[in-house]
Amino acid sequence: MTSTVVPRVRGGIGTSVRRPDGEPKVSGNFAYASDLTAPDMLWGATRRSPYARARLVRIDVGPARAIDGVHAVLTQADVPGKPLFGQEEQDQPVLCDGEARFWGEPVAIVAADDEETARLAAEAIIVEWEELDPLVDPEQAVADGSVYREMRVRRGDESVSGNVVVEGYYETATQDQAPLGPEAGLAIPDDAGGMDLYVTSQWIHIDHKQIVDCMAMEPDQIRCHPVGIGGAFGAREDISVHIHVAMLAAVTGRPVKMVYDRSESFVGHVKRHPSKGWYRHEADAEGNLVKVTARLILDGGSYAHTSRAVLANGAYFTVGPYRCDNIVVDAAVTRTNNPPAGAMRGFGAVQTCFGYEMQMDRLAAALDMDPLELRRRNALAPGDPMATSGQIIEGSLPTVAVIDALEAIPLPPEDVDDDPLLRPGGTGLTTSKADVVRGVGFAVGLKNLAFSEAFDDYTEARVVMTSAGVEVHTAAIEVGQGLVTVCQQIARTILGTERVAVIWDDTSRIGSAGSTSASRQTQMTGGAVHAASEALRTKILQTHDGDELRADGVYRSGGLIATVDEICADGPVEEHVRFRHPPTTTADENGQGDVHAGFVVAAHRAVVDVDPELGLVRVVQVDTAQDVGKALNPQAITGQLEGGIMMGTGFAVMEQLVIRNGVIVNPTFTDYLVPTFMDAPDVETRIIEEGDHWGPFGAKGIGESPTISSTPAIVAAIRNATGKDLTKVPVLPEHIIGD
Amino acid sequence: MEFVAARDLDDALDVKADEPDAALLAGGTDLMVDVNLAHHRPASVVSIRRVRELAGVDEHRIGAGVTWEQLEGSPHRALAQAARTVGSPQIRSVGTIGGNIGTASPAGDGLPWIAAADASIVVASRKRGERVVPWNEFFVGVKETSLEPDEVIIAVQVPGDVPESQEFAKVGVRNAMVISTVSCVVMRGDDGYRIALGSVAPTPIRATQAEALLNSARDITEPLLDELADVVSREVRPITDHRSTEAYRRHASGVLARRLVERTRP
Repeated sequence: MTSTVVPRVRGGIGTSVRRPDGEPKVSGNFAYASDLTAPDMLWGATRRSPYARARLVRIDVGPARAIDGVHAVLTQADVPGKPLFGQEEQDQPVLCDGEARFWGEPVAIVAADDEETARLAAEAIIVEWEELDPLVDPEQAVADGSVYREMRVRRGDESVSGNVVVEGYYETATQDQAPLGPEAGLAIPDDAGGMDLYVTSQWIHIDHKQIVDCMAMEPDQIRCHPVGIGGAFGAREDISVHIHVAMLAAVTGRPVKMVYDRSESFVGHVKRHPSKGWYRHEADAEGNLVKVTARLILDGGSYAHTSRAVLANGAYFTVGPYRCDNIVVDAAVTRTNNPPAGAMRGFGAVQTCFGYEMQMDRLAAALDMDPLELRRRNALAPGDPMATSGQIIEGSLPTVAVIDALEAIPLPPEDVDDDPLLRPGGTGLTTSKADVVRGVGFAVGLKNLAFSEAFDDYTEARVVMTSAGVEVHTAAIEVGQGLVTVCQQIARTILGTERVAVIWDDTSRIGSAGSTSASRQTQMTGGAVHAASEALRTKILQTHDGDELRADGVYRSGGLIATVDEICADGPVEEHVRFRHPPTTTADENGQGDVHAGFVVAAHRAVVDVDPELGLVRVVQVDTAQDVGKALNPQAITGQLEGGIMMGTGFAVMEQLVIRNGVIVNPTFTDYLVPTFMDAPDVETRIIEEGDHWGPFGAKGIGESPTISSTPAIVAAIRNATGKDLTKVPVLPEHIIGD
Repeated sequence: MEFVAARDLDDALDVKADEPDAALLAGGTDLMVDVNLAHHRPASVVSIRRVRELAGVDEHRIGAGVTWEQLEGSPHRALAQAARTVGSPQIRSVGTIGGNIGTASPAGDGLPWIAAADASIVVASRKRGERVVPWNEFFVGVKETSLEPDEVIIAVQVPGDVPESQEFAKVGVRNAMVISTVSCVVMRGDDGYRIALGSVAPTPIRATQAEALLNSARDITEPLLDELADVVSREVRPITDHRSTEAYRRHASGVLARRLVERTRP
């Protein structure tokens, strides 16, 4: 017998394997939730509040019921179980409970033979309102005590002061996730009084719990299935059509489908919290941060959703990836009659990164110091206490390395583009070469990984060896980010076979995978797949007394001793694990504690061309260096970095929901502008691999990081070009030409 | 909803004579948005997509059914430039100049060129036959025109004296596929400069005071250009809305007019 070198398994970790859903998606063959259909299916539609706040005086569903083809018209009185839902706090009525608290709040739902009839029937319902004064000013809400949560973070000595002091006030607008796929769902009743639900989601188990409560059904009567998602970014973390389609299906006994159109989608999901932040940074003469004082208000809008957790992120990330021993932070998230806010990529860390990075630039200017040098000098590193919570940083945190790698990326050529379409104003041909000023700006951003503050954060995975190959079972949601290949790559690497299929299980077949959010699935579901695969490998090797597992079976001393068929002679062999990250704690009354499971850092450099006279911008290039722990799929990482930068670019220069007295005035893609490819910067990426203390092979989640510091880097670049003190995002033309 | 696909202009005029409220459908890029947003629910729709009398362009006539994609190749430079800024490639492949005129949005991308060219709108009906309406009598308010309910827009009639030297520019918050915040066309001909603007008044407008200032000056000097920008900024009548502010639109109107005068200067 000759010993052989084991070939590295194809498609394992560290390779840019192609996604199985890639080709169907680009060729139009992928089934998104809005494409689903069932025999005898009815269509649902929603009647909504035309006011940000109003008392429901009278509702008459008679005219809708009278329409031919209408099968059900339901209001809050028809909710079979708990009348309220919510992920953290159940405070939102399934349908208006007598008072509408935001513009577009669902009031009644209809099921009809077709989409048009359903829509007409919803319009035919007679609703009388008494309009009430909405509370829309977050500062007024704080004064009134209308808050979901207030936080107080104190560390060190409040009386300390620095030689150099900079103060600033910053605002960020309401950004929408603007996923291309709208909210959509299909409920199919079974013949035992239960149903199967296929609804766009980031976490089917948390949906399941809320639906079961509101439908007053047993948990096993409702099965939530993963479906094709056309983008999520946080918008799918909360309930949309779920309970409505379930109610309509239960009443009619027929499958019911609902799909929001674009304008309805803008009111049908939670948004990024708009913010106001006041910061005072104090440093010594050498540029060491001495004290940071901050006050932050996030507006949570009319219902709680994830506002409490978003505020914690906001408060804990008011200093960023920097050391500082004296901290005074007060933060609040308000309850108003503005559209409900909730999860969006970056989750509270986006708003504060804009504030603290603008402050770091001001501080560098006040110190007459290179802005990157100031950041390096204060860079947070493993072993340091986090400025706000005091938690000692474990694992990796390559703050200086990302700054160095970013700085080493060559700048683009200095010449303004000859192609007028690639200058500020683009196709509008506004700007000649001579009108253009170039600017460069930097920002560094910090984000926590997975769930914080003692949340019992776990993920289940089941890995099965069959004679046809390996199956990975999970209820984790693939939202387009590439979880599918990560799961495959981890299982392949450990089990030695390329034949790995990911099976997306419904809620009846496996436990929760937790949410596809908080940059957590690569580490959490990846961690569960890693642990289950290791356990399965150990079990198989022990059973057959082997020392190596390869694609064709178990080997001992280089010789095949049990084929895959022999391994599975008595049926498939499997391991099922529930994976948890290192535990976190709640904080004390000063906000101190080990509240976070891990950290990820990234740096961005933006190069912009500005037409200062018209206030127009073209973002020429945004480069980034990203801490990834370990790169499991480099191409998928590049995709996240480029996509996140697009989202950060949008927030920097155009994306905002304009909300007047609680009413969204631009709920269309005509007026809610997201960057086109004419607005997309070139991107150079550098990946920094320093393995973390947990997560598969040391990998970190990187879904949110690219969105966090790209926005302030672009604003810093515009400021560098214009000399304007830009303190609001998005930066609009009138801000650049203003005083 | 009743749907008629008109084979020719006679067909279309017949339907409009019988049912003046019938909605005309060419590219559908305005009409269908209104229908989808439930702002408008026409009882009947007449497709005029295949009406050959509305197709075709020559030096003096641009058919109402001519698409933006076709106009991107127009010999009228500023019109071609304007066409490129309309929506996305998909929109430009079906959206028509007739629709832009009929909708009469203050932000219509084709309208400042029509104003600068002093073009007329040719309309037709069974009752009154063909009428040629000067642009400034056609556009009367925000999305309001002097088109009678039974009339169909046939073409843009282009005068023979449209100057060859002409430039278009448009400001929007995005670098493509954006509703205009301010748009401007400047033409320089034998009779002097013409300056037209969009999105800064209920209708497309000519900056007549600025034109007079420019055309009475002996030389175009820097101070004159500064004054020109000021006059344009004062002359326009913009509003503040969710897309921009009155102050910004006034400012940008002046800047664009000045820049385009510089670009068309000999």
